[in-house]
Amino acid sequence: MSEKMVLMQGNEAVAEGAIAAGVRFYAGYPITPSSEVAETMAKRMPEVGGTFIQMEDEIASIMAIVGASLAGKKVLTATSGPGFSLMQEGLGYACMVEAPIVILDSMRYGPSTGMATKVSQMDLMQTRWGTHGDHWVIVLSPSSVEESYQLTIRAVNLAEKYRNPVIVLSDETISHLREPIDISIPPVLVERRLPTAKADYLPYRTDESLVPTVANVGTGFRTSCTGLVHGESGFQTANGHVAEALVERLRDKLFNNLDDIIQFETDRVEDADVLFMSFGITARGVSEAVETLRSHGRKAGSLRFITLFPFDDDRVRKAAGNARTIVVPELNSGQLVLLVKRVFGDSRKVVPMNKINGDLISPQEILNFLREENL
Amino acid sequence: MRLDLLRSERLPNIWCPGCGNGIVLRALLEAIDQLQLDPDNVVLVSGIGCSSRAPAYTAFDNVHSLHGRAIPVATGIKLANPDLTVIVVTGDGDSSAIGGNHLIHAARRDVDITVVVFNNYNYGMTGGQASPLTPTSSITTTTPNGMLDRPFDLVKLAAGAGATYVARSGIYFAKHLVDHLKKAIAHDGFSLVDAVAQCPTYFGRFNRKGSAGQMVTSQKDWMVLKSVAEKKTPEELAGKVIIGEFVNIERHAPVSAAAPKEQA
Amino acid sequence: MPEKKTFRITHNRKWCKDCGICVAVCPKKVYEIDRSDRHAIVNPQNCIGCRMCVEHCPDFALTVEEAKNE
Ligand SMILES: Cc1ncc(C[n+]2csc(CCOP(=O)(O)OP(=O)(O)O)c2C)c(N)n1
Ligand code: SF4
Ligand code: SF4
Ligand code: SF4
Ligand SMILES: [Mg+2]
Repeated sequence: MSEKMVLMQGNEAVAEGAIAAGVRFYAGYPITPSSEVAETMAKRMPEVGGTFIQMEDEIASIMAIVGASLAGKKVLTATSGPGFSLMQEGLGYACMVEAPIVILDSMRYGPSTGMATKVSQMDLMQTRWGTHGDHWVIVLSPSSVEESYQLTIRAVNLAEKYRNPVIVLSDETISHLREPIDISIPPVLVERRLPTAKADYLPYRTDESLVPTVANVGTGFRTSCTGLVHGESGFQTANGHVAEALVERLRDKLFNNLDDIIQFETDRVEDADVLFMSFGITARGVSEAVETLRSHGRKAGSLRFITLFPFDDDRVRKAAGNARTIVVPELNSGQLVLLVKRVFGDSRKVVPMNKINGDLISPQEILNFLREENL
Repeated sequence: MRLDLLRSERLPNIWCPGCGNGIVLRALLEAIDQLQLDPDNVVLVSGIGCSSRAPAYTAFDNVHSLHGRAIPVATGIKLANPDLTVIVVTGDGDSSAIGGNHLIHAARRDVDITVVVFNNYNYGMTGGQASPLTPTSSITTTTPNGMLDRPFDLVKLAAGAGATYVARSGIYFAKHLVDHLKKAIAHDGFSLVDAVAQCPTYFGRFNRKGSAGQMVTSQKDWMVLKSVAEKKTPEELAGKVIIGEFVNIERHAPVSAAAPKEQA
Repeated sequence: MPEKKTFRITHNRKWCKDCGICVAVCPKKVYEIDRSDRHAIVNPQNCIGCRMCVEHCPDFALTVEEAKNE
């Protein structure tokens, strides 16, 4: 192991990535398999001049980080399915007031308390549609410890840049995996834009970026925010046109910047006749399977979603090459596959591959699946 | 009260004629004014309810959050920037039902924020349903035959949870209310003021409390100053609400945020 | 004999909701809700400047200032 490398657990990497990205406020409530993030932050926040607080529940946790974010801090909370469910109303609030926040959801088996120590990928659609109302979030999916570190940095930067909640969607396995990672290169940090002039200040006025320059509370701007539909002033209105413009802007501030936000990792897509589309821990099994298939002369390829949401059909179509068959392995009863089917309709053969017993999908299982399904 | 502490351009307010929320808001602004706080350093955080609309009429930074969640938001703001005076504006339902867990934990942590409960004994915004502070036997839309349960005593609840300043007042006693709000805001540690106000539209109408004017002036009949109450028998105090200062002790612990390590 | 203090009452018609609280709290019957259910100042000369009305108006519609004699 080179000198630059340090051995870290996935959850520690999220905490350290957050710190490297400038996070100085953490509020959370313990839950397996995310608790090590809280434990790391409890120790590390005071060391870096930040604040750690254990709240009474996940509702309080997300609202506390929203408060700290409104006061200018870069913030993080971490949880798993049951806690993530409790955070949903706060997540919608953060979307509406455009508070930069980052949430780690380390997926465990559900529904309900499910199996606390078993892996799943069952929260995918919850990250996108968990809170009520039309809204848009950014969801990033690491598939290694190194990437847990890097994507947490990226999550903090994207949250600040677009003033939007960003979810790091990890899982029980990656959270508890130990791998050597390189944390020697200091990250490029993004700071939220702030208003300059107090005269004529309107918190939710935007330029062509569509990202408002909301003042941090306590900086003399006499700023206002509300989860009610609001105009540029930050005060409530029931005007349907203002509502429509607001919700459209919440979408467009992200969708006008998909090149900046969306990342995939592709492997030998160009000539593939069978393509795997996956995310997170499942992509690791896929990558080994592709290797084996190629060594046997089978033209297999892989597309791994690093950014899960926003999900852009055109970009997925372009990145997917011409493979006739697309296999979508995931640790749920079929969530990502719904999106992939939406992209390709009947133009390709889209085959779900699901595992819901709390174990991972192994490379061998993928090979067996192809054989059994005659793919 | 300085009128420039209001956002005049947003008035008249949305409240019903005779609603007590405006009276509590005036007292709060008066208290902030008398304390000569720098308006740039005051943040008002509210939940959801008629009362929670109050901060939007003030010239301070204001955060209108979610039903019951003002206290954790305020906790986040205060810990992020301890120089700020952070005041929570909340209703009886907002603070004691859906937000009750946050209330007791903020009191336990002794976070240096002030919670002002605009207590109208019911859920005004949603049409006059029962709240955990609705007195037994009272009529609300969800207790058409009278409230069966006992209400919380908010003062005892906050005190029991560890609040280091707790007071109750009523809008009729305007100066008393202002004085206790001042003490609460100036207090170092978690403070709560139970500010009893009227909802003439629902609680008043359903319980035949008379006009808004009568609801205001009748407070002097059913509220008793703590100093007076101390000389009365329990029989004499039956049905009365005692107002005054109930807890005023030194902050017992630092805010639960970890303190930075001492430089060696 | 010391001169009796006089007070100037201003009433913001735009903010007033005619709720009658000022009528109920004023010890000197300065106000009335008139026959068309509107707030009216009927006995301004009786005002003693106690500001009960100001403190209890939920709509910030009243101010009472001591009138300075020229
Ligand atoms: C999660 C959630 N549940 C329910 C509501 C509906 N709701 C809005 S205000 C309110 C009660 C308000 O009562 P209180 O806090 O006493 O305030 P008041 O209107 O009486 O001032 C309720 C139940 C909501 N907005 N959010
Ligand atoms: S419903 Fe009650 S609390 Fe709400 S504005 Fe009307 S009087 Fe006030
Ligand atoms: S108390 Fe205020 S709002 Fe009510 S009638 Fe008097 S002036 Fe008008
Ligand atoms: S100041 Fe006192 S006496 Fe004068 S109008 Fe107001 S309540 Fe009446
Ligand atoms: Mg109420």
